[in-house]
Amino acid sequence: MAELTMIEAINEAMRQEMERDSRIIVLGEDVGENGGVFRATDGLLEQFGEGRVFDTPLAESGIIGTSIGLAINGMRPIAEIQFLGFVYQAMDQLAAQAARIRFRSAGRFSCPIVVRSPYGGGVRTPELHSDALEALFAHSPGLKVVMPSNPYDAKGLLISAIRDEDPVLFLEPMKLYRAFRMEVPEEPYTIPLGQARVVKEGEDVTILTWGPTVPLVAKLADEMRTKGIDAEVIDLRCLQPLDIDAILASVEKTGRVMIVHEAVKTGGFGAEVAALISERALFALSAPIVRIAGYDTPYPVPSVEDDWLPNAERIVEGIETLLRY
Amino acid sequence: MFDPDKLPVEIVRILDENGNGDEEKLAAFSDEWLLRAYREMRRARVIDERLLRMQRQGRIGTYAPFSGQEAAQIGSALALRKDDWIFPSYREVAVCLMHGMPLEQFFHYVQGRLSGKRMPEGLNIFPTQIIIAAQTLHAVGCAWASKLKGESQVSVAYFGDGATSEGDFHEAMNFAAVYNVPVIFFCQNNQYAISVPYRKQTASRTIAQKALAYGMKGVLVDGNDVLAVYETMKQAVEAARRGEGPMLIEALTYRLGPHTTADDPTKYRRPEEVEAWRTKDPLYRLRVLLKRRGLWTEAQEEALVAQVNDEVTAAYEAAIASKSGSIVDVFDYVYSEAPTLLAEQKEEVMRRKQRSGVR
Repeated sequence: MAELTMIEAINEAMRQEMERDSRIIVLGEDVGENGGVFRATDGLLEQFGEGRVFDTPLAESGIIGTSIGLAINGMRPIAEIQFLGFVYQAMDQLAAQAARIRFRSAGRFSCPIVVRSPYGGGVRTPELHSDALEALFAHSPGLKVVMPSNPYDAKGLLISAIRDEDPVLFLEPMKLYRAFRMEVPEEPYTIPLGQARVVKEGEDVTILTWGPTVPLVAKLADEMRTKGIDAEVIDLRCLQPLDIDAILASVEKTGRVMIVHEAVKTGGFGAEVAALISERALFALSAPIVRIAGYDTPYPVPSVEDDWLPNAERIVEGIETLLRY
Repeated sequence: MFDPDKLPVEIVRILDENGNGDEEKLAAFSDEWLLRAYREMRRARVIDERLLRMQRQGRIGTYAPFSGQEAAQIGSALALRKDDWIFPSYREVAVCLMHGMPLEQFFHYVQGRLSGKRMPEGLNIFPTQIIIAAQTLHAVGCAWASKLKGESQVSVAYFGDGATSEGDFHEAMNFAAVYNVPVIFFCQNNQYAISVPYRKQTASRTIAQKALAYGMKGVLVDGNDVLAVYETMKQAVEAARRGEGPMLIEALTYRLGPHTTADDPTKYRRPEEVEAWRTKDPLYRLRVLLKRRGLWTEAQEEALVAQVNDEVTAAYEAAIASKSGSIVDVFDYVYSEAPTLLAEQKEEVMRRKQRSGVR
């Protein structure tokens, strides 16, 4: 089994799926000759040619809007939005068009496209490159929202996304693209969309997180064991569909919940998770739910982003607060 | 220097406002074809007028009438093959009917039924677009797929003059020309985007000339001349099928009625302007030609109107007599398979329905 980085796993998933299904095409800005600004599409143009891999004009709405037309007429497009903050320019085509084709046609047409996009902070990008906008799309019925946090999951989830009949927004944490290597099976495999992963089992407190914050949370949970705190860490992996059963099972066990995400706190998906828990497991709780998230400001400048992001200090403090009850 | 004022503006016209035209060009159209075009336009006008009345009577929801634009819609649709794709906005009712949409289906739509959202199988008509110009990109993607698959269908994006101000229109034109795909951008310039007139919408003298900036052909056609529209569209379709890429057609026309049943056009248009356009009515000029050739009589006109009125009544009655659908159904159209939380909501609704004893 090869040890791959997340970006290599993503590349392998696309290559293998393109070998399997000739309807799959890749389109986006710089995805061809350049192989993507992060090399996600490296080598695909060389292997599959200009009839399968397209360097598009610089136009986000155009990339997603044409993908919709391609999909309803039998192709399976994988579109790349170079950085998630640029998706605002394609908001209508993603949230009001792709997401709603099935509904608008009462099931006559479906829209099997995958929109991949790097996102998330901690890598010192210019403005609007790091924003975590998953809540906007989890709030758009018809879209699926998938957020891997390691190479193995990235490959299996991306293959599932490509084979899915619905439009999937596949969000790739930039910070984790090359953060570590992991054994990834060479053969194609799938991980069902909507299944959370228990990163670490524990009894004292449940930490729910996804995307770029997963490795940090897992590391802190390990360190806490030496202090006698046994935290359970769950990587949601998908916000839509959401694995509500996994969340509730853990909450029933520990009675204490912390939610960690990078997106701004107010109206973030953490609020949705907290509301679901209060609807369904209120009396299992021994303490109020704690949310550690980005602050309610635009994503800040590089010199202060480490203090803005959910960091070790804030997460540890959150756990201590939870355990005081 | 490029001076837009020095750009020649030519308009394609075969039949003028009085039903006269170059005999040589007219000869290309058979009597049978002329009669068919007229019958379809007349049918569309009757349907439009009835729908407007039915909206006023509260029998259907908000409606966007198209009277005045019959030649643009019927003429362009007549040039298409049954397997070509069309991407309509909300004003393309005549196009959809001409392309095979059953009238009963449209009644389901304007009555706000879920069944009205689903085009019959095999009909390559994309669902009605509400967001201005969004469908232009879908048409480009669809045409792109046809090209990649080596198939010969063309895709047609229908939109109005207002849509040419939207970013999606420009992105669609650019993508279409870069990838040289078989798509036709068919703009019905009906002079108004709700209340905003053409001169406040764009500073370019014509919409057709916008094609130049993208590297594609553009044509300005008299949109009230069904012969000219058909001929122009036919050439565009044939060129696209031959692999010569996209084309922008501007059909210069006029919406005689309101934008929708929700606005009052007397607030933003002078009656003299509307009257001036009434003399350019697309039905009138073809009827004059038909009568002159002895192909059409008042009796035939009356019989046709009566027949279409009966057809409308029958379609309306069939639509209201059929099952109207229920809130339970909406959950089935969101994802290929309902996620847990959505499935739970559906169950909740079903329980509520069962309790109250209604389906």
